[in-house]
Amino acid sequence: MTVGLVVVSHSARIAEGVVELAAQMAPSVTIAAAGGTDDGGIGTSFDRIQAALAEAESGDGVVVLCDLGSAVLTAETALELAEAPERIRIADAPIVEGAVAAAVAAESGDGLDAVVAAAEARQAEAAPPQAGDEPAGEAQRLELVLENEHGLHARPAAELVRTASGFDAAVTVEGVDAKSMLRVLALGLDRGSRVVFEATGPDARDALAAIEALARNRFGE
Amino acid sequence: MAEQHLDGAWTRRWIEAVAAAVSSRKAELTALDRAIGDADHGENLDRGFQAVLGKLDALDDGATPGAVLKLVATTLISTVGGAAGPLYGTAFLKGAMAAGERDALDAAGLVEVLTAARDGIVARGKAELQDKTMVDAWTPAVDAAAAAGDDVRAVLEAAAEAAQAGAVATEPLVAHKGRASYLGERAIGHRDPGAESTALMLRAAAETR
Ligand SMILES: [Mg+2]
Repeated sequence: MTVGLVVVSHSARIAEGVVELAAQMAPSVTIAAAGGTDDGGIGTSFDRIQAALAEAESGDGVVVLCDLGSAVLTAETALELAEAPERIRIADAPIVEGAVAAAVAAESGDGLDAVVAAAEARQAEAAPPQAGDEPAGEAQRLELVLENEHGLHARPAAELVRTASGFDAAVTVEGVDAKSMLRVLALGLDRGSRVVFEATGPDARDALAAIEALARNRFGE
Repeated sequence: MAEQHLDGAWTRRWIEAVAAAVSSRKAELTALDRAIGDADHGENLDRGFQAVLGKLDALDDGATPGAVLKLVATTLISTVGGAAGPLYGTAFLKGAMAAGERDALDAAGLVEVLTAARDGIVARGKAELQDKTMVDAWTPAVDAAAAAGDDVRAVLEAAAEAAQAGAVATEPLVAHKGRASYLGERAIGHRDPGAESTALMLRAAAETR
């Protein structure tokens, strides 16, 4: 089994939409929606969250993604009153990117802590760049041909994002942020694609060396 | 001679009074929430307390204050639907735990319950004083209650007055929690709806005999 996910939103349609999007990349992960109030209005429902937690729990734990404040408060209350609160984690992450990143991590068999970390890794990037954050030095460049069978689909993309995120460097793949799961997936890079990576910042060289090694290893596939 | 203990029957009458007050003032609470939030505070609380009324009937006559508070807590958590659900739900739950198995609360017991309720809200919502939340009503209420001596009626009156003053004092503040925090300075001049509903509940307590 895998870690399960629960998506809590004030809106039933947002919750269902996020579930739909995340599930596309994670067919074997149970992702349950808990959106809106019991009577279908805007708000959060404790009972719906409890039901979703039960649905998503398969023994390996559940990661919860929330939208606005009271969704978090209600989820925390549900967690506190749960039978096994240690198997439930609320990710501090934006709901869409967090859910997608968590779903991919869960799909690739990551444990509870790693799935939470994958969701929360998006958080750092969602913050706008601060003055003084500009990467220093010359851009480093790496060009390679994708050799793994399905190109940069969910799992290899997750490996790339995880690797790139580990370095103090701004890394791009074909001009988009290599630390953003959604952007990497949106490139739709297939097997045989010629791909350019660029990196700037203190760890730029190390980041590209790690990506080169990962690619040579066919992204772990 | 003032009544010196608040028993389960008193607790039940208080909750009924809260439900009636929320019901009659729900438009006002929602109007406060419309100015700086999402215009649902009155309706949400009313839904919650109406559900509580429905369940109070099923509670047996000898129910302790703690048992009544716990019923309120679990009902609000699952019926309110906004931030007020988990916040007040946690407050009543922690209050119930502080009341324990006691058949009645004296002044010190009442202060313990109020303090536990406030601590629960702070732990759940992580708001600090001056964040323009219900904490701005709760904390002055708890402080005033603790300083009011050992007459329960004096404790209730002190808490109610301080909560109302605290709610009024949220008007000039910028919000740092909840939906109003997205408004920045535009929240200035509006009273926090959660602080006002807190004042309403504690006022109802002071008036319940
Ligand atoms: Mg509201």
